[in-house]
Amino acid sequence: MRTFTYKVPSSIRQATSDFGQSSDFLAGGTTLIDLMKLEVMTPSQLVDINRLPMRGIELASDGLRIGALEKMSDVAENQEVVANYPVISQALLKSASAQLRNMASMGGNLLQRTRCGYFRDVSTPCNKRQPGSGCPAIDGWNRTHAILGTSSSCVATHPSDLAVALVALDASILLQSENNNRLMKLDDFYQVPGETPDKENQLRPGELITEIVVPRLDFAQRSTYVKVRDRESYEFALCSAAVALDIRDSRIADARVAAGGVATVPWRLPAVEAALRGAPATVESFEAATEVAADGAKPLRDNGFKVSLLKRTIVRALLEGSRL
Amino acid sequence: MSRNLNDSSSSDLPPDAQAGSSRRQFISRLAAISAGLSVAAPLARSATTTEGNALEGKSPKKGTEEDLVEINFKVNGRHQKLEVDPRVTLLDAIRDRLGLTGTKKGCDRGACGACTVHMNGRRVLSCLTLALMTQGEEITTIEGLAKGDELHPVQAAFIGCDGFQCGYCTPGQIMSAVGCINEGHIRSDTEIQEFMSGNLCRCGAYPNIVDAIKIAAEQMKAGR
Repeated sequence: MRTFTYKVPSSIRQATSDFGQSSDFLAGGTTLIDLMKLEVMTPSQLVDINRLPMRGIELASDGLRIGALEKMSDVAENQEVVANYPVISQALLKSASAQLRNMASMGGNLLQRTRCGYFRDVSTPCNKRQPGSGCPAIDGWNRTHAILGTSSSCVATHPSDLAVALVALDASILLQSENNNRLMKLDDFYQVPGETPDKENQLRPGELITEIVVPRLDFAQRSTYVKVRDRESYEFALCSAAVALDIRDSRIADARVAAGGVATVPWRLPAVEAALRGAPATVESFEAATEVAADGAKPLRDNGFKVSLLKRTIVRALLEGSRL
Repeated sequence: MSRNLNDSSSSDLPPDAQAGSSRRQFISRLAAISAGLSVAAPLARSATTTEGNALEGKSPKKGTEEDLVEINFKVNGRHQKLEVDPRVTLLDAIRDRLGLTGTKKGCDRGACGACTVHMNGRRVLSCLTLALMTQGEEITTIEGLAKGDELHPVQAAFIGCDGFQCGYCTPGQIMSAVGCINEGHIRSDTEIQEFMSGNLCRCGAYPNIVDAIKIAAEQMKAGR
């Protein structure tokens, strides 16, 4: 690990003004310390935000607000979250391990970096880590990589389960800097790689995610998260699906669908949602609606299986969601 | 990760490593040798600035002292004050600086669970926690679990159920198991397996570990 200086600000304002060139904010550390050991990330200064007042899990009439420093485990077990937004709780509990969930913050989870093996190995090129150096994954080992939202520069998947659930629920994040607050839809926050895979989102230098805002969605009580992976637990997704269903008289009045593990960003599927609206809540209409799920997919040498896996994962989630 | 030279475990070397070495000394000697191989360049660089003292575990004089950070925290109920390089993890601080070597270094990357300790009563990974993040916090390691000679119920159950073979993952398994029971994630074998999935056992003692957790949970519920 490279040397760094360490600051502990006492306010959000001070944290953002302490943030200098080559700084990183330190919350749970589960991504950052790991990548600093690998020298994938080499900040010269860490600004420890753990003492800042960015906590609380509050359910109000207009929705749910979660402080960015709340731990994944606390949100997953929160009874209001479990009752009103089960997809959030399930996505969190299917992430990482009990220890990591006790450490990792909600805001940090949304900013975690890809698990692409080339990104994590500093002896190989990577356009995300070292812009312009090339992408060995495109012609290399790419079984776990993305089929959607890719470019000729990068095919790395976004690793967060939480983000998939939040994108399905139309959640926003509150971004705070020294003189500015802005609320942004999480779906707009993430950027596909294009020619600049090193720029993953809209976060500005010194800006902090301070809060997650999930709008009220009554039918989110009927929501679920299905995650398919190489082992049953403690593993990143090969494919995942977050769905919420509004079923009235055995027909789908409204639906929310997003997928993870298959795309460079959490992947909302409006075309699948549109195909579901008005359809009977049957396995046949679920299968028909997911026909368009992988439209535009660009499978690589080893990950062509994700095209059908994506459709089947969504069907499984819709089946589980419709039986709730 | 570069090794903090203050924390060199080579001072544990017995004067005569040939005769009467304990298992602990033997292992620490191996560790010192392998560390010497992997960080040969930094050691050599430091040796020139410290007149050859680095290998004896003494503090390098130049270039680091002003960067040390003081931390005050509680480990197993005792106040501890350390000056550490900001890069030192909680794992290295408790093992190399406090001599509490029960906590094991497995992957050192947050993937295996061998380094699990409790921070303020919650199970966390000490390899992904910087020591300076524990300022003012309370840490419990495997050494702090027993009450004197009386083993914690989870420790006793691991022995009773043969919940290990080589034993390397065991301190982490036990600390994680205590957390798992305290959290109440013991309603079925499946739930125990799910909530213990962050602790890997290369010997495959998993069925016995699940048995031990169920027995210990019953005893803890009964207040024994």
